[in-house]
Amino acid sequence: MATEFHNLQELRHSASLANKVFIQRDYTDGTVCKFQTKFPSELDSRIERTLFEDTVKTLNTYYAEAEKIGGQSYIEGCLACLTVYLIFLCIETRYEKVLKKISRYIQEQNEKVYAPRGLLITDPIERGMRVIEISVYEDRGSSGSSSGSSTTSSSGR
Amino acid sequence: MHLGVEEPIRECQYNQICTHNSSPMDTPHIKKKKNKRKWQVFPGRNRFYCNGRIMMAKQTGVFYLTMVLILVTSGLFFAFDCPFLASNLTPAIPAIGGVLFVFVMGMLLRASFSDPGVLPRATPEEAADIERQIDANNGPSGPGYRPPPRTREVLINGQTVKLKYCFTCKIFRPPRASHCSLCDNCVDRFDHHCPWVGNCVGRRNYRFFYLFILSLSFLTIFIFAFVITHVILRSNRTGFLSALKDSPASVLEVVVCFFSVWSIVGLSGFHTYLISSNQTTNEDIKGSWSSKRGKGNYNPYSYGNFITNCCAALCGPLPPSLIDRRGFIQPDTPQPATQTNGTSACPPNQVQSHMGPGRGGSSLRREPQTSLSPDTSSSSSGEIPRCSQAS
Repeated sequence: MATEFHNLQELRHSASLANKVFIQRDYTDGTVCKFQTKFPSELDSRIERTLFEDTVKTLNTYYAEAEKIGGQSYIEGCLACLTVYLIFLCIETRYEKVLKKISRYIQEQNEKVYAPRGLLITDPIERGMRVIEISVYEDRGSSGSSSGSSTTSSSGR
Repeated sequence: MHLGVEEPIRECQYNQICTHNSSPMDTPHIKKKKNKRKWQVFPGRNRFYCNGRIMMAKQTGVFYLTMVLILVTSGLFFAFDCPFLASNLTPAIPAIGGVLFVFVMGMLLRASFSDPGVLPRATPEEAADIERQIDANNGPSGPGYRPPPRTREVLINGQTVKLKYCFTCKIFRPPRASHCSLCDNCVDRFDHHCPWVGNCVGRRNYRFFYLFILSLSFLTIFIFAFVITHVILRSNRTGFLSALKDSPASVLEVVVCFFSVWSIVGLSGFHTYLISSNQTTNEDIKGSWSSKRGKGNYNPYSYGNFITNCCAALCGPLPPSLIDRRGFIQPDTPQPATQTNGTSACPPNQVQSHMGPGRGGSSLRREPQTSLSPDTSSSSSGEIPRCSQAS
């Protein structure tokens, strides 16, 4: 864990932002929150396709879980209605709980997978659930845009 | 300056880096500038109260009229009619009336004060990315040439839906979203702008609005029926005219209830129909899913049967607010529509720890996000991670 942290700090200190890639929403299933799993060409040299698709698919699963209409959401809705929605002053909605899970997942993915490759994912909630924003960093220390170099170069800042 | 700790990034750690890396000139400048909350620079035409907790439209006059009508009528009912009815019929009448009244007021305030589902405007990078995509699709245009309206087509459950580009918010509106010209916001699942409620009715407050008009229908009919009962019972004892003289408030209540019951019950019926077919007022008025438009035209959002549609609308999950009203602005964060020059003493590549949306209660605090918001000019100095705290 300490190693990954170190990489994230190194990323911020030694890299400069080159580009931002936006993963748009996929509306083919209606208005549920779902992101396109199409691999953007700008990330071709930075990250493996499978890793990227795994991340997006996991996020889509989380959002589907948050927006699922089923027994639990009905119970929550009815209980809330009976208490004139005052119950939400005390407890969190299921959506909020899942959003916390999502933000933890994104942080973990950033630390373990994306930062070592010079990338950083922004939580979609901060962009109005419209896009997954991936910031692409160029390592200032090395001339190549290879993501591996940012981890091995010692910035010494 | 090592951060070898296992625990998630804490505010105190960020503070440590702040003081270590920032130049002496920066710190007093930052400390002098009081951090604004996001609602204070919100680009839409909304009014905020209670430090961002309450969000309403700009024109709230009619909302106060609604409040006065409900409070006065109910107050008169409880003060003048209920004592008689409780003693002569049953005390359950004021009890039920009280429950209905509390429910009506709760739903009204909830519908009026909450964020209807406003979509935040695009960040400059996002807007630029969309522009690039549009230009790539349409080809370059010469000066003075007005580009065609920007639309994207998407296939939803077999039905082709056009997504329109919003020139104000600089986004492609999600399906069912619409731009409210009164509030100057794009609202998700936009139903209509209700002046009686003093707010837009959208995805996040539609159920409150519906429950408000439904319970208000019941309350109006309830008050109307029992005031009439009261007057009749009194007339049996003392005659009609003296009954009216004894409780003059009843006349006012009957008049108010009589004139409002038609519109309120009518509106409840209309919205019950909309919910059961999973349409918005906007779509119904435009006839978006009407079979008159074409043979294969159907509503792709409907679940098929009206029970599921009702349950989904009323008991579905409540999405969170997408505009972080009570969060603090970072001084150099590029603001979407009200973007300042972005110059500040602090260099770019800030780490921005973003606290939870909407309510600002400590129970909803999220862990700091490692989202970076750079300036277009790159800087060679080290980054100063910034922490924010929604108190």
